[in-house]
Amino acid sequence: MRAIDLSAITDEDLQACAAIAAEAGVDLKDCYQCGKCTAGCPLAESMDLMPREIIRFLQLGDLETVLTAKTPWICAQCDVCSTRCPQNVDICSTMRAVRLASKHAGKQPVREADIFDDAFIANVKSHGVSNEQYLAAAYNLKSGHLMQDAGNAIRMLKRKMVGVAVHNSQGRAEVAALVDRALAADAKRRADASGKGGEA
Amino acid sequence: MMKYANFPGCSANTTGKSFTISTNYVAKKIGCEFVDIPDWNCCGTSAAALTSPELAVALPARSLAIAEQKLPGLDVVAACAGCYKSLRTSLVYARKSAENLEQVRELIDMPYEATTDVISLLEAFSAPEAREAIAAKVVKKLRCLKVACYYGCAMVRPVEVCDFDDPEDPQSMDELMALIGAEPVDWAFKTECCGAAQQMAVPKEARPMIERIFQNAWANGADCIVTSCPLCMLNLDMREAEINKARIAAGKEPFDIPCYYFTELIGLAFGGQASELGIDIHFHPAEQLLQKRAQDAIELEKAEAAARAEEERRQAELAERIARKKAEKAAKEAAAAKEGADVGKEDAR
Ligand code: SF4
Ligand code: SF4
Repeated sequence: MRAIDLSAITDEDLQACAAIAAEAGVDLKDCYQCGKCTAGCPLAESMDLMPREIIRFLQLGDLETVLTAKTPWICAQCDVCSTRCPQNVDICSTMRAVRLASKHAGKQPVREADIFDDAFIANVKSHGVSNEQYLAAAYNLKSGHLMQDAGNAIRMLKRKMVGVAVHNSQGRAEVAALVDRALAADAKRRADASGKGGEA
Repeated sequence: MMKYANFPGCSANTTGKSFTISTNYVAKKIGCEFVDIPDWNCCGTSAAALTSPELAVALPARSLAIAEQKLPGLDVVAACAGCYKSLRTSLVYARKSAENLEQVRELIDMPYEATTDVISLLEAFSAPEAREAIAAKVVKKLRCLKVACYYGCAMVRPVEVCDFDDPEDPQSMDELMALIGAEPVDWAFKTECCGAAQQMAVPKEARPMIERIFQNAWANGADCIVTSCPLCMLNLDMREAEINKARIAAGKEPFDIPCYYFTELIGLAFGGQASELGIDIHFHPAEQLLQKRAQDAIELEKAEAAARAEEERRQAELAERIARKKAEKAAKEAAAAKEGADVGKEDAR
């Protein structure tokens, strides 16, 4: 872990880090940096910061490092880290909370992961269910990875696993309204929090 | 009575087709009934959780509220591990407090009490009644088939939400496989994550996860991997060819590990044909191994029968020898007794 200039860290940074931890239901003081979370993480080798380091930078209040780290976007949300942590720190939820904070701060250091989730939710909003072939197509178009899994798409078509017909839930209008309601509640919660917490 | 409200999930008729086909086959044979939740919607999976906590709670809750109203008294079953985790996460949240429940009701704009329980298909088929019924229907034990039971992450984690089996060394699938005569192997990657949607979103980073799972199953002597999740299946089965291509290019031996849904293998043990169970539409060829192991099982049974016959022959021979020895001994004793008597007679003279 590189040296960081603690004097550059503001109170707002510390508050924002505490808010991320609170959203994940985590008390940052619980982590004693043993590294067990990282030892079991199946994606650690592909991460820029180790899961343990994410917690460390949150403890230190280094908001910028945390929000621009690729790690939470590479994390597969598999929960090995949280299950094994001797201190019951929910690292998996922390990764999620960091990722959301990064998204709302407009950082999104791994564009593909963000595009994928947005395409998924858009698909669910318009059909009530997820249509895998259209999700893949929308993702490829938006991410620019036009040929990703193209060979596999043909293999799926051959096996009649996917077709051109779009599946819809009969309650798709209800589902679309539900998505809007949930996202509005989410936005309101965040607005209320930033109103309370000043700049954070 | 085995009757459940079914949450099919978005892959049920697409990439998870073989899971649905084989599940229905097994359910019919053991008298287990699944009634689809009318007008269910996508559970949102990790994409919803990574978009908004409110959305992650609301999407599953709508389907659960419908099940509660339209199919009262039935537990909800989810075959897909991802659906299972999402539905349970929402349910556990709603049950945590009255405020939470009220918030969920507002989000879905429906009456909802969070009374309906959610279980996984693996759990439903592991219930004592189901296990008894499965054991009773087996006509062809899958002997000689060495299986690595792969649970993945969502079936067992987080423990506060998905709690029906052990998070590090789950046993339910291993027990079902042993019940149909297969041989579960001990291996280290039972609950390792397959990468889930990250295999699509960040493929370069995520691919090594799949290779390691195959590697560990292979190293521990497994013939195949058995799964209970359509996304795990897709990530392993569909991407094995790509991984093998890279392995060959790197001068490494390619894997030959077919993957099966646990329901496919149970159906096979019930006497089902590969085509009736969806085994014929896998990406990695999956029929040959089963034929080979079925042949091995026949050979093994022949060898066992021969060994049994030989043992019986040996026992019979031994019994005969003992009987002969006893008879000889008795005859000798009788002769000795007679001689003794004769000597006595002579002495008396
Ligand atoms: S396992 Fe827990 S205590 Fe150890 S470094 Fe990770 S979060 Fe901290
Ligand atoms: S949840 Fe994320 S950080 Fe934790 S072990 Fe899994 S991939 Fe690693």
